[in-house]
Amino acid sequence: MAATTEPVLSIRNLGVAYETSQGPVHAVSDVSFDVGADEVFGIAGESGCGKSTLIRSLLRLLPNNGTMTAERCTYKGRDLMAMSDEAFRSTIQWQEISLVPQSAMASFNPVYRVGDQIIESMRAHRRMGRAEAWERAAGLFDVVGLQADLLRNYPHEFSGGMRQRAMIAMALSLDPGLIIMDEPTTGLDVLVQERILRRIREIRAEIHSAIILITHDIAVIAEMSDRIAIMYGGEIMELAPSVDLFENPHHPYTLGLENAFPSIRNVGKDLISIPGSPPTLVGPVESCPFEPRCPFRIDGCAAANPAVVDVGDGHQVRCLQTGDVARMRTLAREKSTWRS
Amino acid sequence: MVSSHLKRRLKYLRLALVEHYRIINANPLSRFGFWVIVVFTLVALFAPLIAPYDPWEMVYDSEGNFAALQPPSWEFPMGTTHLGYDLFSQLVLATRTTLLIGATSGLISIIIGANIGLIAGYYGGKLDEVLMRLTDILYGMPFLPFIIVLIALFGRKLEFVILAIVLIIWRTSARVIRAQTISIKQRQFIAMAKARGASDFRIIYKHILPNVLPLLLLYAAFNIAWSIITEASASFLGFGDGETISWGGMLYELWLSGKTRVAWWWFASPSVCIILLVTSLVFVSRAYEEVANPRLRKR
Repeated sequence: MAATTEPVLSIRNLGVAYETSQGPVHAVSDVSFDVGADEVFGIAGESGCGKSTLIRSLLRLLPNNGTMTAERCTYKGRDLMAMSDEAFRSTIQWQEISLVPQSAMASFNPVYRVGDQIIESMRAHRRMGRAEAWERAAGLFDVVGLQADLLRNYPHEFSGGMRQRAMIAMALSLDPGLIIMDEPTTGLDVLVQERILRRIREIRAEIHSAIILITHDIAVIAEMSDRIAIMYGGEIMELAPSVDLFENPHHPYTLGLENAFPSIRNVGKDLISIPGSPPTLVGPVESCPFEPRCPFRIDGCAAANPAVVDVGDGHQVRCLQTGDVARMRTLAREKSTWRS
Repeated sequence: MVSSHLKRRLKYLRLALVEHYRIINANPLSRFGFWVIVVFTLVALFAPLIAPYDPWEMVYDSEGNFAALQPPSWEFPMGTTHLGYDLFSQLVLATRTTLLIGATSGLISIIIGANIGLIAGYYGGKLDEVLMRLTDILYGMPFLPFIIVLIALFGRKLEFVILAIVLIIWRTSARVIRAQTISIKQRQFIAMAKARGASDFRIIYKHILPNVLPLLLLYAAFNIAWSIITEASASFLGFGDGETISWGGMLYELWLSGKTRVAWWWFASPSVCIILLVTSLVFVSRAYEEVANPRLRKR
């Protein structure tokens, strides 16, 4: 079973720059990670941290002013960087890498029935007959917990949760090796959110796709992912197996993030937010992007972007002070530490 | 399986037709326009059966007298010309020409305009620049003189009249559909279609086109109306097809005869027909405009 150990997606030093009137904006820089088969890889970060740009670059959906660079970007051993747009479109897109988009509400074409949109990609990529594709779509609707006769309805007749599930069915339609879920539960109420997440977990047992789950909701990602990458300012700050990340956080940003989320164990405790605002990312990356907001910054932080340090068990941290983590953790619990 | 598929298609078609009829029936003006167009179309289809004489046949009344410049009567319901041609027959046969030119150049121009608009709007960049500058140049051309020059250049034949009209009339539809395409291509479901690996062709014609369809139908109606006016104007100035009779051509012959002040019936019927048909088209397009532009709807 060599296939299970070999990563589905392997990325080294991926960067995305947007050309703007104020100069290049480095929305994503120096991102490296592997996603294993059957793995759920979570990417968390606040708005504007580059997580959506990252997945857009993987799916080649960047706007015209965006360019992607990477030392390596392979899918199941195939070099995606060397692949022409046409080859990518006809062999990888949707068939191998599919997407559950951020807003399922707007992701269906309003003039076609939901079912017709689901079978469209099956028929286009797999040359399936209409009846066969329709039958498969009905099966997929069953998997995501929707009645098959809803296939004949138009998108506006669906509720938000139903549309999201239909989107997941669509993403499953060609048995892709990798499904990218971009905030699949954002904008849904907590009950529907829970139902969708449960459904995704159930589906995981039935399919053999790797999943990249992107969200700004730490709770969702903690519950779902095998490994988590925390992004800030276009870079991965910390990458670790989920349990390890929460029990053994290293990066000041991760420490700050965990303060900012309510915990059921410490009810009544004040939440502490990180002062300041995220960087603009204009111009070259010359320092740690978190440096201006970091309460533990030292002289070296502004001088150069810190290299990634491996602190054991595949736990990677982009910080100069990984040796001083015990002190940082104690101080990070104090509200006064985060006052700038 | 095939037959059930066909049955479903037919069902959709029927639903679509019902929907269109509902749109037209929604207000009395468009209902009126619709029936006027239906009547004109029937007249055009059965013209040779309806017209009692040839358009250029000298007619005689029941007493055997040469009937020149007769006002409307039971025998010649729309009167005759100074050369004794029956105006009713001319009008009926001219309906055919006018509708043919209107429909053909209207449809060809909307096809050209829609494609140029979709392609320019979707691809943007240099291609958009080139196509839209071309449209701007056409906007700079004076409408009727441009067509007259083209017809003079090509020759006075039906197909060249159509070609000349098509060459200039697509400009408005191209601009409008480009604008709509730009707005639709930024919607999420287009990005999603791209993520699903849809080709540009599929995105343009399967995902964007149906969303600009109401606007496209509206401009198709406008283009037909404009083609009819243009053909009538060009014919009136003597730049129509000399071999076939048209409403504009009838007015041209009246002008040549010099009987403008005497024979009121000669200009009355073709003028009324032009006005009636063009306003009817505008009325019907107005109903579609309400669909395309909800702000016009009654609140």
